[in-house]
Amino acid sequence: MSKIEEYAPIGGKSTVEELFLLAERLKGKTIQNINSTAVGGGVAEILVQMLPLLRELGVNVWWDVIKGNERFFNITKKFHNALHGVDVSIGRDELEYFVDVNRENMKEVLRDVDIQFIHDPQPIALVEEKARTGRKWIWRCHIDFTDPKKDVWEFLKSYIEGYDCAVFSAPAFSRPIAIRQVLISPSIDPLSDKNKDLSDEQINSVCERFKINRERPIITQISRFDYLKDPVGVIKAYKMVKEYVDCQLVLAGGEATDDPEGMKVLDDVRKDAENDPDIFILFLPPGSDVEINALQRTSNIVLQKSLREGFGLTVAEALWKEKPVIASAVGGIPLQITHKFSGILTHSIEGTAFWIKQLLNEPEYAKRLGANGKQHIQGNFLITRHIRDYLLLFLSLYEQKDIIYL
Amino acid sequence: MEKPFRFYTRLNLIELLGKLAKNVAGLLEGLKQVPGSSIYYHTHRFLQQHHYLSPEPPNDFAFWVTNSLSLDRLGERLASIDTVKFRSIRSLREKFIEILEVYERENDSRSTDCQEGEEFHFMSCRTFILPTPYEARDLKEFREILQKVSINSIYFHIFEARLRLERGENDFSNWLEEIGEKKLARDISRLDPYTITLEGLRKNLIRRVGQYVKD
Repeated sequence: MSKIEEYAPIGGKSTVEELFLLAERLKGKTIQNINSTAVGGGVAEILVQMLPLLRELGVNVWWDVIKGNERFFNITKKFHNALHGVDVSIGRDELEYFVDVNRENMKEVLRDVDIQFIHDPQPIALVEEKARTGRKWIWRCHIDFTDPKKDVWEFLKSYIEGYDCAVFSAPAFSRPIAIRQVLISPSIDPLSDKNKDLSDEQINSVCERFKINRERPIITQISRFDYLKDPVGVIKAYKMVKEYVDCQLVLAGGEATDDPEGMKVLDDVRKDAENDPDIFILFLPPGSDVEINALQRTSNIVLQKSLREGFGLTVAEALWKEKPVIASAVGGIPLQITHKFSGILTHSIEGTAFWIKQLLNEPEYAKRLGANGKQHIQGNFLITRHIRDYLLLFLSLYEQKDIIYL
Repeated sequence: MEKPFRFYTRLNLIELLGKLAKNVAGLLEGLKQVPGSSIYYHTHRFLQQHHYLSPEPPNDFAFWVTNSLSLDRLGERLASIDTVKFRSIRSLREKFIEILEVYERENDSRSTDCQEGEEFHFMSCRTFILPTPYEARDLKEFREILQKVSINSIYFHIFEARLRLERGENDFSNWLEEIGEKKLARDISRLDPYTITLEGLRKNLIRRVGQYVKD
C-alpha cells in the first residue's frame, strides 16, 4: 500500500502539504463509510485505496459493508437499472423488503461517529437513524442520475432529503432537491497495481498468458460484464473495423458481488463473439489489477462504449497511461475527455467504428490525444485531489458561509 | 524587521445548484439569481482545471454560448469581458447581465436551445482559506517561497484576494508597496493574470521578483 508522501513526486510536495493542513482541522472527528460490497466495482476500489491514506493523514475513518441476500441485491440491481433510465417494474413488496434489510443492518453496521458517509442506493435507508443519532449524514451517489425513472427516483428522494448533503460525480446528475449538493469526481490512484508503471517484460508476460499478439493492433474495453457497458456494441464496432483494418479485440472485466446479472451478460457476449480467434473475452478474478494495467498499456486504443456511466474511471486509467480513448459521451466521461483534444467522444456504434479506424490509421494524432489526456488526469482526477475534496466536504458540514477561514 | 508576508492557500469545494439553462433566456435568468460565488466559479474554473492550456479558454458562460448554442458573436462578446478590470463580483455579474440583456432586446433569446444533455449547469464553490507554513521577510525569501508554494496559494493571492475578497489589489503588490518596493508592486499589479497559465504566472512572478533581489 502506498504512503501519502509517495504522491509528492507525482502531484507536487505542496499538494501533500495541503492535505495535512486540512486533515489537522478534522482532528477529533470520526467518519464511517458504508456501502454494499467490499470487492469489485468502482466504489470498493476507491475506498480500498483511500482509507489507508486518510488514516495516514490522521483522519479517524472506518469502512463497513451492509449485509444483504440475493433477493435484496436483485432489488437494488433493479434500482440501479431504473436510475439509469431502464424500464423495470419494482413492486411495493420489494420496496418494503429493501427498507427492512436496511433496518436490520442498522443495528449491526452503524458506529457511533460524527459523520456517516453512505455510498449509493443500497444502504440509503440507514438515514432513518439520523433523527436518533443527530449526527451529520452524507449520501454519496456514484451512479448516473441523468434520467432516472420517476417512481424509483421519488422513492429514493424521500431518503436523500433526510441527509445533510448529497454528493454527485457529474453536474448532469444534479437534481432539484432540498439539500446541499456537492460535485466530487472520483479518481484513480497512480501508484496502485492498476496504474503504476510496468516493465515491458511484465506486459509481455500478461499478453503471452492470454495469447494476445502484441505485434498486431489491439483495441480494449475494460469493464465488468454489464449491458450498460454495451460489450455487444463493442463487438459490432470491432467487426465493422475488421473489414478494413487487421486488429484484435480484448473485452476484459471482473465481477462484483452486488451484480447478479454479470454471468448472463458474459454468455451473450460469448455468443456474439462467434469464436472469432481475435476476440479475447477475459473474465478476470478479483485482484487482477496488474493484468488490467498490462492490457491497457499494450492497447493501441482503449474504448469505453457505455450506454450509461456513473463516471467511467477506466477512461481516466487509460488516459493516465497516455492511451487514445474513444468513449461514449455519457455520465462523467465528458469531464475526462474534451472531444478531439484529449480523446474522442462518440454517440453510436458506427461512430465508434469510424474513430477506431481513424486512430489506427493516424497513430501520431492518437498519440497527441493520449498525451493531452494524461495532463488533464494529472491535474484533476488523481486520488490526492479526491482526498482533498472529501476533507473539504467533511469540514463544510460544520460551516455555513461561502468563504471559510480555517 | 520589515512586516513579513504570510502565504495562504485556498481550496474550493464545488457545489451543484440544481439549476440549469437551455438557452440565452435561461442563462440570463440564472445569472440574476445565483449567488456571487457561482459567478466567481464560472469565471475562474477554466483557469484552475485546464491550467496547462494556453491560451486559457474563456469563462464558462462564453464557452457554453459558443459551443453548445453556436452563438459565436454573443460568445465572443462574453469571452472578451476583461475580468481583470472588475473590482467586485457584483460589477462582473452586472456586465454579463448587460450583454445578455442587449442580446435579448435584439433577438429571440428562447429561439436557440442547446441539444439535450448539453444544458448549462449552474455551480458554485465554497472556498476554504488557510495559512501555509511559509512566511517571507524579504524579497529573497519571497522569491524562494514562490518557487515551492502550491499553485493554489499563488492563485489565492493574485485572483481571489483582489476580486472575491475585494481587496482592490493583489496581495503581493499590497505587501511589496508596504515594504517600499513600489516599482515591483506596480509591475506585478499591471500583469493581466487571466492571459497566462498558472505555472506561467508563477514563472513570471519569480522572474520579476528576481530582477529586484540583491544576491
